[in-house]
Amino acid sequence: MHELALIQELCALASAAAAQQGAQHIHRLELRIGELGGVDAEALRQAFAVVASTAPWQHTELDLQVVATRCFCPHCEQPFSPTDVIHVCPECGQLSNQVLEGRELELVALEVS
Amino acid sequence: MCGQCGCDEPSTAPYAASKRQRLELHQRLLSRNDSQAAHNRAHFQAHGLNAVNLLSAPGSGKTALLEQLARRWPRPPIGVIVGDLATDNDARRLLAAGARAVQIRTGDLCHLDAALVHQAFEQLDCSGITLLVIENVGNLVCPAAFDLGESRRIAVLSVTEGEDKPLKYPALFKSADAVVINKTDLAEAVGFDRHSAIANLRAIAPQAELFELSARTGSGMEALIAWLDDPTG
Repeated sequence: MHELALIQELCALASAAAAQQGAQHIHRLELRIGELGGVDAEALRQAFAVVASTAPWQHTELDLQVVATRCFCPHCEQPFSPTDVIHVCPECGQLSNQVLEGRELELVALEVS
Repeated sequence: MCGQCGCDEPSTAPYAASKRQRLELHQRLLSRNDSQAAHNRAHFQAHGLNAVNLLSAPGSGKTALLEQLARRWPRPPIGVIVGDLATDNDARRLLAAGARAVQIRTGDLCHLDAALVHQAFEQLDCSGITLLVIENVGNLVCPAAFDLGESRRIAVLSVTEGEDKPLKYPALFKSADAVVINKTDLAEAVGFDRHSAIANLRAIAPQAELFELSARTGSGMEALIAWLDDPTG
């Protein structure tokens, strides 16, 4: 359950960014979580629900976008979307170890006032 | 009137949607850990240390593997930072094997982070040490996301855990530079399907070097030691 630790980091980053802008309230947090980020989206939502029951996060909405894995096939020289945790290129059948997207754990934006 | 309940208080800012502003941040959630990890990495390099993050499920034999490494490393002693939930058993075993070990008592934590490793590293006398192994908390999920400042990652899988473990925990195995299949001395007794396990590992982690060994008997340790001793490997 490292999701609670991640939510604590999220709140610290968001508070610092909001304070820097002189904002009083954080209405929305936009997160991008990659499928390969080692994070369970549902556990993250539950961890945020715990935090959100206390001030100053009671009115903050968590917008969580799960990023699907995208790989690059060096043989076909093009990106592809694997259908499985085994990253096989659908064109040539070769395994890829180049992940382009899917490892994100990113705070994209805040909505503040 | 506040518009919420009809009271005479002035309207409060959070509900004034017109004043809302979007701040683009695009910041990594683990950016504080990443900075600390970069700091650790610089420290390790300054001390000439080859730093390795060792990951596995509980009971895969990480500590037994380190005992063998401590005894067989060509330029002893090795340094070990060991994360353990509640006891110092692992650190004592490693000290007995000749390693220089520092314990991180992790309590209920499910992973090590770069700050914990930094604190432990300050207690380690690293004079004469070339290999530093950070033994992570036994867990195949949480530690995967946390960079500790290591130069390479090793994931350990034992034959008693089943051939499909890499398929169940892809994130961790995909992040590994090497995978060790441990307890090969028990393979026959537990009906381990070696062919299927290797096929699964090759499919999930095509980037990883593969080592098969028994940390109990020491068989197969040489190849891992040679790989560890070649930092470009």
